[in-house]
Amino acid sequence: MRSRGRVLGWVMIKDLAILRRSPLLVGILVLYPVALALIIGLALGAPTPRARVAVYTGVPAGHGRVQLGGTAIDIGAYTRELSGSITPVRVPSVAAATADVRNGVTEAAIIVPADIVAQVESLVRNGVGTPTVRLILDNANPIERDLVSAQIQTRIDQVQAAIAKALLATALTDLHTVVAGGQLSFAGANVDLLGLSRARRIVAGAIPQLSRTALGGRLGPPLRRVVSFADIAIEGLSFASPVLGQLQNPLTVARTSLTAVRTPTAAYAVAIAVTVSELFLAMLLAASLLALERSEQVYARLVRGPAGPVLLLVAKLLLAAAAAAAVTFVMSAVVSVFVPLSWGRVELWVLVLLVAGLAFAALGVALGAVAREVAAASLLAILVGLPVAFLALIPPSAISTGLGNAVAVISFLFPFKAALGATAAALTGGGSGLALTLVHLLGLALAFGGLARVALRRFAAAA
Amino acid sequence: MPVITAIDLVYDYGARRAVDGVSLALERGELVALIGPNGAGKTTLLSMLAGVLAPTTGAAVTHGRVGWVPQIGAVYSRLSVAENLRFFARLEAVPDAEAAVAAMIEQMELGERRAEPVGRLSGGNRQRVNVGIGLLGAPAALLLDEPTAALDPLQRERLWGFIHRFVATGTAVLFSTHDMEEAGQRPDRVLEMVDGRLV
Ligand SMILES: Nc1ncnc2c1ncn2[C@@H]1O[C@H](COP(=O)(O)OP(=O)(O)OP(=O)(O)O)[C@@H](O)[C@H]1O
Ligand SMILES: [Mg+2]
Repeated sequence: MRSRGRVLGWVMIKDLAILRRSPLLVGILVLYPVALALIIGLALGAPTPRARVAVYTGVPAGHGRVQLGGTAIDIGAYTRELSGSITPVRVPSVAAATADVRNGVTEAAIIVPADIVAQVESLVRNGVGTPTVRLILDNANPIERDLVSAQIQTRIDQVQAAIAKALLATALTDLHTVVAGGQLSFAGANVDLLGLSRARRIVAGAIPQLSRTALGGRLGPPLRRVVSFADIAIEGLSFASPVLGQLQNPLTVARTSLTAVRTPTAAYAVAIAVTVSELFLAMLLAASLLALERSEQVYARLVRGPAGPVLLLVAKLLLAAAAAAAVTFVMSAVVSVFVPLSWGRVELWVLVLLVAGLAFAALGVALGAVAREVAAASLLAILVGLPVAFLALIPPSAISTGLGNAVAVISFLFPFKAALGATAAALTGGGSGLALTLVHLLGLALAFGGLARVALRRFAAAA
Repeated sequence: MPVITAIDLVYDYGARRAVDGVSLALERGELVALIGPNGAGKTTLLSMLAGVLAPTTGAAVTHGRVGWVPQIGAVYSRLSVAENLRFFARLEAVPDAEAAVAAMIEQMELGERRAEPVGRLSGGNRQRVNVGIGLLGAPAALLLDEPTAALDPLQRERLWGFIHRFVATGTAVLFSTHDMEEAGQRPDRVLEMVDGRLV
């Protein structure tokens, strides 16, 4: 077992040495995906456009004002401000907003309910009320979802701060009036508020008279004024305190997520580029490395020694898969400068790229086993790789059902579609059933590896 | 005990019988020529003796390591002389591969070319690398398939001098040729092959 491992290592080291001496081949193999990555990067790398967000507000124009003592807060203006860092798309109803997200017309939706003004008023007056803004997000693209959510949250935080500031100013003015006295608009009527300081002066002025005369009718009115001031002051403070308590977060954001039918375009395009690159890299490399053994007439010499045909196939598979995974990983890293990819799942990228690389390389060795020369093997790899990739990219809606079924079967039997799905899921952070897809890919790798073994027995026996 | 014993070897390429019941024994230190016209079945026979082809019927029994030098230079043209030898020495688990490679390069008189890619060598030098690989790990028997077919008389002489040195150390050598002149290399025995049979 150990010596087999060592032989495997030597075959791979030898192949690497040959690749090092083949700058043209390696140059093409590396430049090709890098060029592809750059093209994708340039195409998608234009400054990220503002997220399109459907906005529905149930508050009729001009009815968004909340009267707070002497000040009015325009809730409508603040909710309009919510759309500052996005491209708002006005919609006529909640249903329309939801539909836009579901159909991928917009990336999210903001819904401002009609009762928001009443809720703010209630919150301010009684300390009860939850003014709520609804946010509908798209689950299909978690990266964009988080981005949009973060953008909107930033806006909401700014609006919160503005409302909180206005409320605080109102509360402070009221408190000032309570202390200094003056006109206060309260419960719909204008009240002439005595104020703590004036009350103090009145009581202070009454004290000498109190000391000279006995208790009598003359004391009644000022004392009654003191009592009524105390009542109002208590009431005033009792409305101010819950407001002050709620000032930090006057708005509640209710988040809902739904899964849009469309696929997130930017990250998906990256997945396509990565998968196409890996397909050709792994296939070309595996097919060429195997065919090279035969074009150099070394194959028979190799397989009569400790490196049997299976070990030889495994060596080509591993080398091609690892090289293709490494190059496409670097490619993904470069593209991630332009398109947000979920770096948090980087170990999943590596796993998916390796497994997909194995499946592509297995297809490559199956073709390499048939060819006697490197050029023929490369041509075969391209001839088979192109339609495999192309078929898997045909949208099902573009063709008839019968043809679609045939395409689906072919796509299932070749590794491209599964690899694309797994890569897209790994790069974007979405995707359930990823484990199953990886098993599918490993199954295909085994199947094509087996085919390669049979092809070698058939075509290379007397080489 | 013979290093190689073949018992009634038969090989069919589909319906075509290339080797038709060949039996032979190869002893230590023997130089044996296998002579026959094109298509006689020499390559097929040597391939079965080397274990590259599984006989359709019959058996080949070997004692000790058997070196095999195919008709067409089975070397990596992009790897250097030393790299080719090192790779096969490691693969065949030759003890102290580095020393064996250095010794072989010296014996083949390829010291100056050791770092050069084999693809840039002359046909004679390339064939010497091919033979050198077959001789790595001091095999008990060496099978050479038309070793000097592509060489000019001078290169031929150099290669034969090299092979004779190994025969002198006890290596059994069986070589194929369709050239009577080649059989003039003082072989101990000459086996003549026609239409898949020894005559
Ligand atoms: N891979 C193959 N498939 C089918 N027939 C083959 C194959 N290899 C050889 N043959 C046939 O088997 C017979 C013996 O071929 P072989 O190469 O063993 O002869 P040979 O004596 O080595 O010839 P040469 O002197 O030309 O090298 C020939 O008739 C040849 O056509
Ligand atoms: Mg021959």
